[in-house]
Amino acid sequence: MSGWDKFVETFFNAKVMWKYLPDILSGMVVTIELALLIVVTGLAAGLALALLRSLAIRPLNWLIIFVVDLFRSLPPLVIIVLMYFGLPYAGPAPSGFVSTWLSLAFVLMAFSEEIFWAGITSIPKGQWEASRSTGLSFGQTLFNVVLPQAFRLTIPPLTNRTIAITKGTALGTVVAVTEILGQASSAMSNSYNPSPLMMGAAAYVVLFLPVVVAARWIETKFAWKR
Amino acid sequence: MIEAFFNIEIMKAAWPIVLTGLWNTILLSLIVVPLGLLGGLILALLASIRHPLVRWPLMAWVDFFRAFPPLVLLVLLFAGLPFAGLELGGFACVAIAFFLNTGSYYGEIFRAGIDSVPAGQVEAARSTGLTRMQAMRYVVLPQAVRNVMPDLLSNTLEVVKLTSLGSVVAVPELLYEARQAQSITYNPTPIVMAAVIYFLLLWPLVRLLSRLENRALAGRR
Repeated sequence: MSGWDKFVETFFNAKVMWKYLPDILSGMVVTIELALLIVVTGLAAGLALALLRSLAIRPLNWLIIFVVDLFRSLPPLVIIVLMYFGLPYAGPAPSGFVSTWLSLAFVLMAFSEEIFWAGITSIPKGQWEASRSTGLSFGQTLFNVVLPQAFRLTIPPLTNRTIAITKGTALGTVVAVTEILGQASSAMSNSYNPSPLMMGAAAYVVLFLPVVVAARWIETKFAWKR
Repeated sequence: MIEAFFNIEIMKAAWPIVLTGLWNTILLSLIVVPLGLLGGLILALLASIRHPLVRWPLMAWVDFFRAFPPLVLLVLLFAGLPFAGLELGGFACVAIAFFLNTGSYYGEIFRAGIDSVPAGQVEAARSTGLTRMQAMRYVVLPQAVRNVMPDLLSNTLEVVKLTSLGSVVAVPELLYEARQAQSITYNPTPIVMAAVIYFLLLWPLVRLLSRLENRALAGRR
C-alpha cells in the first residue's frame, strides 16, 4: 500500500465515515439549535440592556456596566465550566446544553450591549431634542429616530462578534453536549480512526463558511463611508 | 453557598495550584500573542500585493480560519495528527492552532489598517526614493497600526481568554489547574478563584476598550 493510500485509508476511511455519518448529522442539528438559541436570546438580551441603559438610571447603569464587563472579561469556557460543574453545588444542575447556551448567550449579550449602546450614543443629542420638540415621546424618538440609524452603524461589528461567539458552541463538548465535535470525538475513540473528526471539521466548514462569506458581504455593504 | 463557592480552607489549599496556573496562562499568552501578531502581519503584508492570484487564496485562508472553531482545530491537531505518526504535545498544538486561528483575525485587522492609509502616501514615499519595503516599514505600517489599535487590543483580549482552551489538551494553564484542584477537593471554589483571577487580570483592558470603542463608533458618523 502506498503512503497516499494509507493516508486516505486513515483520515478519509469511507467505511468508518458511512457508519458515523448519522452521528455527525445529529451533531449538526444540535449545533444549529444551540447556535440559533444563543444568537436570538443573546442579541435580544443585549438590545434590552442597551435600551434600559438609555433610560439613564444611575444605579441601574452601574449594574449593567458591571455585568457587561464581567462577561467580556471571563473566558467563555470558564463560564461554561463554572455553570456546569459549579452550580450543582448550590442547587440547580443545568445540563451541558443549557450551560453552554446560557453561558454563550450571556457573553453575546455583553458584547452586543456594548455595540448597541455605542450605536445609540453615536446619534447626536440634537436629534433627540429635535424629535422631542416636535412632540414625539421618549419611546417614539428611540424606536423611530435613533434605533434605525444606530442599527445600520452596529451591523458590521455585530455580525463579526456574533459569528465568533456562535463558533463557541464547540466548547459544549467539554460539558458533554452531543454537538458536532462531541459526536466526532466519541466516534473517533469508538472506531479508533480519525475519519469522523475530519467529517466533523468538514461539518463546521459547511455550517460556518457561508455565514463568514455573507458577513464579509454585509461588511462591505454597510461599510462606513469616510 | 459560601461554603461551596468561597470556602476559605479550600482557597488556602488550592492557592499554590491556582497560582501555578496563573503563571502558565501569562507565559502562554506572552508566547501566543506575538505568534498571532506575526502570523497576522505576514498575511497582511502578502495581501498588500494586490494581485488576484495572491489576494483570493489569502481571503479564502482567512475566511476558512474565521469559520473554523479554534477548539476543533486544536482537537484536530492534538487527537488527529498522531494517526499520521506525528505526535505533538498539547503546548505545541496550542501554539500552532493559535498561530493559524488568531493570525487570521490579526491579519484582517492589519489589512484594514494598511487599507486605511491613503495610496498617495505610498506614492509620495516611493517618489522620494524609498523602496516598496521601506515605504511599508516607515510610512504605512506605523500609521496603520495606530489606526487599528482598538481592534488589535480587542483581539488580544480575545486571544488571552482563548488560552483557556489549553485546558482541553492538558496544558497546565489557569483553568486546567483550577479544575485539577476542584477534582481533588470536590468543591467548586478553585474554579471561582480562577474566574475571579481572569476578571481582575482582564477587567482594566475591557474598561479601556469600552472607552476606545465608544469613541471610535461615535467618531465614524
